[in-house]
Amino acid sequence: MATNPMQQFSVHRIGPEIQIAGVDISFTNASLFMVISSLAICFILFFGSREKSLIPSKIQLITEMFYNFIAKMISDTAGSKAKPYFPFIFSLFMFVLFCNMIGMLPYSFTVTSHIIVTLILSLFIFIAITIIGFIKHGFGYLKLFVPSGVPALLLPLITIIEIISYLSRPVSLSVRLFANMMAGHTMLKVFGGFVISLGMLGGWLPLSFSVALTGLEILVAFLQAYVFAILTCIYLNDALNLHH
Amino acid sequence: MELEAAKMIGAGLASIALAGAGVGIGIIFGNYLSGAMRNPSAAQKQFPNLLLGFALAEATGLFGLVIALIILFAF
Repeated sequence: MATNPMQQFSVHRIGPEIQIAGVDISFTNASLFMVISSLAICFILFFGSREKSLIPSKIQLITEMFYNFIAKMISDTAGSKAKPYFPFIFSLFMFVLFCNMIGMLPYSFTVTSHIIVTLILSLFIFIAITIIGFIKHGFGYLKLFVPSGVPALLLPLITIIEIISYLSRPVSLSVRLFANMMAGHTMLKVFGGFVISLGMLGGWLPLSFSVALTGLEILVAFLQAYVFAILTCIYLNDALNLHH
Repeated sequence: MELEAAKMIGAGLASIALAGAGVGIGIIFGNYLSGAMRNPSAAQKQFPNLLLGFALAEATGLFGLVIALIILFAF
């Protein structure tokens, strides 16, 4: 019996232990759920784009909806120059969304509730966008840290603040997703525990609360994937269209 | 003071962060509502921005939760 609300986040090995150069890379339940969500994405996109009929079937409708949603988001936030990065942002959004949503199923595992997963994703984004910025603008990209129209007296202070806020981007991006997922799932399990401990008489109140919270968590799961993708677009916009 | 007790107090103090998140979410929804009352035709277009602001404000409260968890489990 899992009585601890943190029990759901434990990573355990499935199958044999594999070690390469002292690093444990065995297949765990986290990797299992990453594979499941990737396969689910491939499944939906494959069957959605197989028959391109004028009157779309349901699965084709879902695929077109995802495509239009991301395409509109990128053109709204990062402009037409960001069009080549559509595949990257699309797969990022789909992966985070499916990991969050599959984590909402009972007895499943939420991959994004582990900071190592989200930190690697956001560090990858951060490094890639920094490289893109330097390729596009050369050393002119450093002008990002020196906003125009600031009094000369304040400029050193503002520059330091800008550099710190730029460097804290991967941390805030990853911690936001991880904390939302972990807090939500812990809260669901705590309320589930109340249902058991209050029994048949008083358990109905936390049970109805739990149902409402599940609805909120599904909203948050979608919203965090959206926020993750849109913040990537905003950072990409900084790198592509240097305004300052 | 015992280290265990200090940890508990610290974790409790870290949850004060939720006050700020509550204020932020209230301001976002309140201002959206008053804006939507003034100009209902523009309200629908700003709904994604509302959700974005909600998610960003909620996250700042959760940073406090992360601090609490670090205090409780990492030290």
